[in-house]
Amino acid sequence: MSFSKSKEGQVLSNPLVQVNPIMVQTLGVCSALAVTAELKPSLVMSLSLTAVLTCSNVIISLIRNFIPNKIRIIVFMVVISTLVALADQVLKAYVFEVSKQLSVFVGLIITNCIVMGRAEAFATTNTPKMALLDGLGNGAGYSLVLCVCGAFREVLGAGTIWGAKLPGIDSMYAAGYVNNGLMVLAPGAFFLIGLFIWVSNTLYRSSK
Amino acid sequence: MDIVGLISIALTSIFISNILLAKFLGMCSFLECAKTVKTANGLGLAVVFVLTLTAPLNWLIFNHLLKEDALTWIPGVEAGSVSLEFLQFLTFIAVIASSVQIVEMALEKFSPALYSALGIFLPLITVNCAILGVSLFMIEEDYNLLETVVFAFSSGIGWWLAIMGLAAINKKMMYSHVPEALKGLGMTFITTGLMAMAFMCFAGIEL
Repeated sequence: MSFSKSKEGQVLSNPLVQVNPIMVQTLGVCSALAVTAELKPSLVMSLSLTAVLTCSNVIISLIRNFIPNKIRIIVFMVVISTLVALADQVLKAYVFEVSKQLSVFVGLIITNCIVMGRAEAFATTNTPKMALLDGLGNGAGYSLVLCVCGAFREVLGAGTIWGAKLPGIDSMYAAGYVNNGLMVLAPGAFFLIGLFIWVSNTLYRSSK
Repeated sequence: MDIVGLISIALTSIFISNILLAKFLGMCSFLECAKTVKTANGLGLAVVFVLTLTAPLNWLIFNHLLKEDALTWIPGVEAGSVSLEFLQFLTFIAVIASSVQIVEMALEKFSPALYSALGIFLPLITVNCAILGVSLFMIEEDYNLLETVVFAFSSGIGWWLAIMGLAAINKKMMYSHVPEALKGLGMTFITTGLMAMAFMCFAGIEL
């Protein structure tokens, strides 16, 4: 189920579904669960992670021939945590409310295994151009899961989308509909990701 | 220093807001390493150990070097008003990475038995987000040093409890008929969801 034939296209599009960082590579699961109670923080988190991931991939790919193999992990860490500190400052300056809501999870992008994993597995052995595409692709795959998950949990758990009430929800309340409180709590996130993996496995395997 | 407050912090971080099941920290190694009870136990103990070591260390560094007004002990007009808080990510991760390295070397030299039990798990722990997460949470919650020690230790115990639980459940699961497409990661998520639900029963408890 490839969307594109060229190598560049594949690097960009494969992580969307086929090798999705969250559902298939099991990378970056923590933040995917923690910030998705509503759509808005999910989107902000997705954008921050994609930005950090793309930049770190490009930077590490640029300096890949100068990094001594033994201390590469520490070099990655320094690059990534500098970028994360930048992202954190930007978020605090422009979207303070959301950055409060995300609390420590922006900082935890440092130990988000997607960034480390892609640096180790891809950026160290590829050109900056490919690393850029890989960063964007994996960021998009991560964002896809996060935003779908955030939208589901907000609609089912709070009856709102992007903070606004769903049209017609009041008449449903009047008819006896109750918000599913479990969706905004921790177990809802686990179940939802589990179901996503189930669906994507079923689709992917049947199309092979 | 009231003892009830400390007990409350301990119980909260073990049961009510378990670091793994309620705050979602340390998921990656949790999902990968909960294959056998023995591995889970080793990794869990290593997390408790490293957490109890690094969180107080980070607390000291944050409160005496990085925090706003922390540098007043340096003579000079400007030093007191400098806030280095933006350096906290870089500093914390450096402290964690280097103390894990030191612990690994010290264990290898002085206690080979413990090293062979924990050794292979220690490098994994540097990138375990539970470790960095606890350091960031203690800043967020504004704990003092003693509270930080209790918080870090009991968060570690909570993580150990959760990974042991999942490993034991996974072992039983070998005899169940799980749908083909749900096998592996998918089922682990559903199981963890059920565990999180069970832990939610503690939520009403207050001290």
